[in-house]
Amino acid sequence: MRGLYAIYRKEIGHFFVSPIAYAVVGLFLFISGFFFNLYVQSALQESMQEMQGMGAPAFDAASQVLRVFLGLVALLLLFLMPMLTMGIFADERKRGTMELLMTSPIREIDIVLGKFLASLTLFAAMLLPTAIFVLFMYLHTSPVPPLRIILAGYLGILLFGGSLLALGAFLSSLTENQIIAGVLTFGAFLLLWALDFGSRDAGSTPGQVLHYLSVINHFEDFTRGIIDTSSLIYYLSFITLFIFLTVRSVDSMRWRRA
Amino acid sequence: MIEVQNLTKSYGPVTAVDHVSFTVNEGEILGFLGPNGAGKTTTMRILTGYIPATSGTASIAGFDVFGDSLEVRRHIGYLPEVPPVYPDMTVETYLDFVLRIKNVPADKRRSRISEALEKTNIVDKRTELIKRLSRGYKQRVGLAQALVHDPTVIILDEPTVGLDPKQIIEVRHLIKSLAGTHTIILSTHILPEVSMTCDRVVIINKGKIAAVDTPQNLTSQLKGGQRIYVDAQAAEKPLEDLLTKIPGAARVQVSASRSNGHSIANVEVAPGKDIRSQIAAKIVEQGWALYELRGISLSLEDIFLELTTDDAAHAQASN
Repeated sequence: MRGLYAIYRKEIGHFFVSPIAYAVVGLFLFISGFFFNLYVQSALQESMQEMQGMGAPAFDAASQVLRVFLGLVALLLLFLMPMLTMGIFADERKRGTMELLMTSPIREIDIVLGKFLASLTLFAAMLLPTAIFVLFMYLHTSPVPPLRIILAGYLGILLFGGSLLALGAFLSSLTENQIIAGVLTFGAFLLLWALDFGSRDAGSTPGQVLHYLSVINHFEDFTRGIIDTSSLIYYLSFITLFIFLTVRSVDSMRWRRA
Repeated sequence: MIEVQNLTKSYGPVTAVDHVSFTVNEGEILGFLGPNGAGKTTTMRILTGYIPATSGTASIAGFDVFGDSLEVRRHIGYLPEVPPVYPDMTVETYLDFVLRIKNVPADKRRSRISEALEKTNIVDKRTELIKRLSRGYKQRVGLAQALVHDPTVIILDEPTVGLDPKQIIEVRHLIKSLAGTHTIILSTHILPEVSMTCDRVVIINKGKIAAVDTPQNLTSQLKGGQRIYVDAQAAEKPLEDLLTKIPGAARVQVSASRSNGHSIANVEVAPGKDIRSQIAAKIVEQGWALYELRGISLSLEDIFLELTTDDAAHAQASN
């Protein structure tokens, strides 16, 4: 436990001085803020048309904006997360510090969990400023967006992002080259995205299997304010699986080294 | 304290370490000497539990390095070939991190850090970012890292690489001062280092142990056989005939010096004899001009070369 905390502390400290972390967080907030503004304005226009009796149907603008916004956040994560995870293990191997960690009295699982929890913390910190957007809607819309959509939506984002982090950490443990790790992770995320398109034809059995496997589909329920146990279990098993694989991969570095 | 038995490590068809066995007693400094690629680093990595061996056993402080890896890692401090430092950390936070992952309780950390900084002479770099330090300072931070938690066994892979001559002397003194309370293995390809710091030497070449002894014994083993260098203005053949006739000359090798028509002779002398004056007298008797005559005593360096090249010759003969 002490080892896990030491690793966690070290990783958090690393994020504070890492230019990549600042770039990712900055980019994320800039793009998400820009699009949030766009969504709010288009919703405003639509409701204006509605008030003028121009035939647009009545709708719950606040929930709508929030749902689209959460979808955008998920999309952004697919592009930005690889930059956060690519160095997690690759960097450590390249610098030779893996040798220090692996000859110290800490277990592989402590190393992996410490790093995973630290990146999850950074991710949560990165999401935190978006609460301003939600607060803005809470203060200025009527009816206010239901709390269950906000809470479920953010839980969904955390689980979705956590899954990407676990997968990215695993891919980073496979190579000592940060760039290769980043490209691999990005490719894997795109594949997950493609899986979602493949699952659109939900009639056939393969379509249904793809539908269940798609990381993004499970996320959509959350944005409607629904916490489905099957989605919850899906994300938690996804994270557990990749943490387990990362531990095995870190352990196997001892055998792989030439 | 450290016991190694028939340790073997193969990477596919390449055998990096080949049936290596040795023991290190408590409080002793053992030097690991060998050319680059001899298997020093591999052996050390196996001992620290970083990589597993293909076969054979090794134990540190009574714990098996494979079975009880965590327990072994609790007892060791290790400086790898490349100092395992985080460039974005300050020296102080780095050592604090190392103490944390070595499971040292909070109340002891401050004093341990100060102690390690003093020992490795980097107190003034305490708050400096590691990436701003020069190679020699980084090496010393790596050294501080290996001893900051006061481990019983310290394993150092080429601890003086990248240091300037003054720092090398400091580090050697430091290592010597750690002996007695700590058991130390260090590897090097610099010979004087071994004779100055180590109690015993393991000479390793191509994964095999070529010799294990104290530096004194290794040197005295071959001290008997002195060598004499002769530079005289004479034809090769007559000079060789003349020198071989002198009693006490075990082996004579003569070659012509191209630039000035001199001949250079290397005479190996039987143990316990000094025939320099006879050689001088004989050459002058012949009326040849004698330009240089000096004895070369075999150093650890020669022993090392002899052992390692002999091995290569054997290998060629067996092919």
